Amino acid sequence: MLQLLWESRIQAVAVLLFAVGFTTLLLHRNLIKKVIGLNIMDTAAYLFLTSIGYIPGRLSPIVADGVTDMEAYVNPLPAGLVLTGIVVSVSVTAVMLSLTLRLYRRYHTLNLDEIYRLVYAEQEDV
Amino acid sequence: MDLIELCLLGLILICGIATCLQKNLMVSLIIFMAYSVIMSIVWALLRAPDLAITEAAVGAGISSLLLFITLQKIRDLKRKDASNDEKTNL
Amino acid sequence: MKKRTFKEWLKQWDQGEFDLDRGEAEALHYRPETQEKDDDSWAHRPVRGLREGEYTLFVKVYPFAALLLASVMIFFFMRTVAELPPFASACTPANQSEVIRRYIENGLTETGAVNIVAGVILDYRAFDTLGESHVLFTAATAVFILMLAGEAEPEDKRTRRILEADTVLSVTARVLFPLIVMFGFYVILCGHLGPGGGFSGGAVIGGGLILCSMAFGPERISRLINMKTYRGVVLCALLFYSIAKCYSFYCGAHHLETVFSPGTPGMIFSAGLILPLNIAVGLVVACTMYGFYSLFTRGTV
Repeated sequence: MLQLLWESRIQAVAVLLFAVGFTTLLLHRNLIKKVIGLNIMDTAAYLFLTSIGYIPGRLSPIVADGVTDMEAYVNPLPAGLVLTGIVVSVSVTAVMLSLTLRLYRRYHTLNLDEIYRLVYAEQEDV
Repeated sequence: MDLIELCLLGLILICGIATCLQKNLMVSLIIFMAYSVIMSIVWALLRAPDLAITEAAVGAGISSLLLFITLQKIRDLKRKDASNDEKTNL
Repeated sequence: MKKRTFKEWLKQWDQGEFDLDRGEAEALHYRPETQEKDDDSWAHRPVRGLREGEYTLFVKVYPFAALLLASVMIFFFMRTVAELPPFASACTPANQSEVIRRYIENGLTETGAVNIVAGVILDYRAFDTLGESHVLFTAATAVFILMLAGEAEPEDKRTRRILEADTVLSVTARVLFPLIVMFGFYVILCGHLGPGGGFSGGAVIGGGLILCSMAFGPERISRLINMKTYRGVVLCALLFYSIAKCYSFYCGAHHLETVFSPGTPGMIFSAGLILPLNIAVGLVVACTMYGFYSLFTRGTV
């Protein structure tokens, strides 16, 4: 198994990065840290997808000298899919950060537990 | 290619873990920026130049910038809270 | 603060005098004790639904449970990676499918785009990219709603003055701003000839605008981009995109078969609708990125 993992080391690194991002998301209670963790998970998934389409010895998918042979270029489809994904991830980041700012304006803390506590306290007051 | 690839993969892992372990949010964001730049180089090596350009512009540019601005804004708000507290205490 | 020319800036920087009072001059220097710390301690109060003892138990168990979950996840994912077809082989199903063959072998003649990825995302799969543009637009709308609700907070005056007094920032922006915007336009306009395209070029231009706004104050950019122009640009670009796509559905939904011929591959005016679509996407993205920045700092565009 280790031999196989060594051969597909980029995918193994992508899995490790995914786990690092996931652990950040679970263990940190600071909201900005959670956003960074989610971004790391995103890039890990994109790295995995891109590595699937890579074939060594072939050119990047930009037609050179009119050669339109399938054996000459790497797979263009993962690149197209990941390009869409990057846009979505930056949109999600912007929305999450604006939510974070609103939460900070209301509760004056970035700690998620503290925010929960304040929310419960508010509800009990009502 | 092999040596560069190994170095970059190692650097990515180190940057990713350091981003999560770092306590200072500002330093953590700077490491995250470095992580994005290294990721874009890896994509250039994986023959996906479109992704490399986009990640360098978006991951290292716009996303990190938004995070920095949020941090700055929160610091401003914190200082305002502190000065308000002083006024009410006096 | 009065405006100074670049030479005066250099002179003042040499003599070490700034138009700042003492407290603000101190704020320019790095002071680690004022750095933002990760506010990461557990709240020492019971969460509702849990008694005090249960809560402390939860706090003790939770990190280990999280690490255990992550380890189990890594184990299963690693097993999956080892079971996958060997890395970087040409004979995996993903790299052998007829879709890929069609894209590569007929892409140049059918779309006219030298960059096959641009041909795929803006011609064969243009509907996907239309959805992506709408995701970005929806996110921008959500950010607008969240940041415009409540009173608009003006940018912190102290931060503004510190940024304006920063010689490194202003000199760098003066040199780099034209280059960044020029590179952004190049990436947009040559999206069908080489790596790049509307989204990355738009992000580069947006980054340049943010740099300019940071160094010289937001007034200069808000002459160019305000709420009115933002609405106009985004509306026109998305409408153009949607109409082009509707037309292609009307024509049989193969791909964007339009009156625009693919042209000679390799020329700047070629590849049919890909160039105008790239420009539309680039404008939307550049305006949206600057809008995000402006909303986050000033609470308005």
